[in-house]
Amino acid sequence: MDILQTYGFMLIVTAAVVGFLMAWGIGANDVANAMGTSVGSKALTIKQAILIAMVFEFAGAYLAGGEVTSTIRNGIIDPTYFADTPELLVYGMISSLFAAGIWLAVASYLGWPVSTTHSIIGALIGFASVGVSSNAVEWSKVSGIVGSWVITPGIAGFIAYLIFQSAQKLIFDTEKPFENAKRYVPFYMAFAGFIMSLVTIKKGLSHVGLNIGDGMGYMISIAIGITVAVIGKIIIGRIKYDPSAVCAAHFANVEKVFAVLMIVTACCMAFAHGSNDVANAIGPLAAVVSIVNKGGQIGTEAPISWWILPMGGIGIVAGLALFGHRVIKTIGNGITHLTPSRGFAAELAAASTVVIASGTGLPISTTQTLVGAVLGVGMARGIAALNLGVVRNIVISWVVTLPAGAGLSIVFFFMIKGIFAP
Amino acid sequence: MPMNSFLGVFAKSPLKPLEDHINLVHQCSQGLLPFFEAVYAEDWKTAQDRQQTISKLEKQADVIKRELRINLPIGIFMPIQRQDVLDLLTQQDKIANKAKDISGRILGRQLTIPEQLQSQFLIYLQRCLDATEQAKQVINELDDLLETGFKGREVKLVEDMIERLDSIEDDTDKLQISLRRSLLSIEKNLNPVDVMFLYSIIEWVGELADISERVGSRLELMLAN
Repeated sequence: MDILQTYGFMLIVTAAVVGFLMAWGIGANDVANAMGTSVGSKALTIKQAILIAMVFEFAGAYLAGGEVTSTIRNGIIDPTYFADTPELLVYGMISSLFAAGIWLAVASYLGWPVSTTHSIIGALIGFASVGVSSNAVEWSKVSGIVGSWVITPGIAGFIAYLIFQSAQKLIFDTEKPFENAKRYVPFYMAFAGFIMSLVTIKKGLSHVGLNIGDGMGYMISIAIGITVAVIGKIIIGRIKYDPSAVCAAHFANVEKVFAVLMIVTACCMAFAHGSNDVANAIGPLAAVVSIVNKGGQIGTEAPISWWILPMGGIGIVAGLALFGHRVIKTIGNGITHLTPSRGFAAELAAASTVVIASGTGLPISTTQTLVGAVLGVGMARGIAALNLGVVRNIVISWVVTLPAGAGLSIVFFFMIKGIFAP
Repeated sequence: MPMNSFLGVFAKSPLKPLEDHINLVHQCSQGLLPFFEAVYAEDWKTAQDRQQTISKLEKQADVIKRELRINLPIGIFMPIQRQDVLDLLTQQDKIANKAKDISGRILGRQLTIPEQLQSQFLIYLQRCLDATEQAKQVINELDDLLETGFKGREVKLVEDMIERLDSIEDDTDKLQISLRRSLLSIEKNLNPVDVMFLYSIIEWVGELADISERVGSRLELMLAN
């Protein structure tokens, strides 16, 4: 207890700095995955993508990031185990941040597509099970989280498959694809707007101080969905039918309509990514702050301090602003055959899955979900060529990340413990 | 900077190179028209230049073929079978090879087409080249086939195009028979060795259409999968 009183401020500052750096790293690196599909299919320029990502990553982090942050903060480790030694939990949270941050830096340097979520969860499990006791980990919850990592890409893939098939039925395989695209695309927009706002309203806004009732929440979500659709319809209405493109490729005009839709799904993707991934950086920080502020009492009910979520959001945006440009540029050049109609199906499916998971507090991997969604479109024979070798590498890097994060956090845990040992 | 990105999942599309390849192949076979023009005029200098053009295009098509094969390792997941893509490519490539062989053989022997056959032969050649043209059009539908997930209306459209290709090939068969008959009626007055080669040239030109038809049926198999 003395340690927390004497060094409390220092511990919070340390955690805040490391948490901010981690959020910054997520912004710089991870966001490429969230925005890459939009830039790759040429629906957005790099500048537009950065701008959208900044606004919606922050909004997602601030408005819908609370649930996952709570899970990371106190859903994985059994707080009762630390009732007598809260400082150990503080050390552990800080060392987890260090471990995940360093693992991410190493992985980015080597070009491995690791998941921030996996590194932080691995780190938390590592310090708690080895540094303290294997009973200190809420294994039932952990297995639920790990299970969700297997299931969410599958769900996203399934949704992507359905969305793609519906677009085929309603638009591509018809007499007048362009007219039908104009007619049906606003509905997809409405769906995207509805899901995003519903999850935000039902799960996110309470910590901002807004409490909206169930019926009201649905009403507002529907209203937002319709608003998005109407704006989209106006923009689509301005698209000129280019008759010269008819002979070259029948669907060039149709893809233009989908490019507008893709702006909406890119916003959703950024929002979903912010809502889920900000927690990886600030969840442990939130834990440290609440423990220190309460003088060692580990309360599960305490609200997250007001400044933590925005700080994570700012961290992501800062990373984006500094490095996002370069990262997105590198990936934008590589893709050849991803048209907006495919990109939208993958993004909408992934974003919906992620944001729903965020609403239920499940920390899942955005990238993993997106890969699942892309494979779903591939299954529907929508993508010219997918490199399964890369998919395998991605899966391996995810599996390796858990023990790596755990090992590093164990090392840091004992180091910090040693430093503060009386 | 090494990329920490999932976008490596998207592999290079084999469809665009397939289209580029058939377009080159088609351009290469079209070179036979100006070539035979020079042959009819017995202007062997010009004929040689035009044969060079054909063989240059054939080489360019080979480059695309090789690149596509290299970029198609086993771990690639595509909406169409990998083997079908490779087979299709092989067939397409044969068209260019055949065009090069025809021009090469004519030039090498300075083989002239007998005057009585010239107009009939030209019609025959043009019809065979119509077949390669149609094959080109069919392959260029691959883009749209991908857009529609290889099903529905677009498949129907392509199947109709393949049917047209088949009927063009039927035409060329008929033209070939009558051309051979005409040759038979005048062959006594010609150099026997030249006649042998003329028969084989007629056959090779016909093969341009045969192979084009095979390109179409390969694609049909691809769609049936």
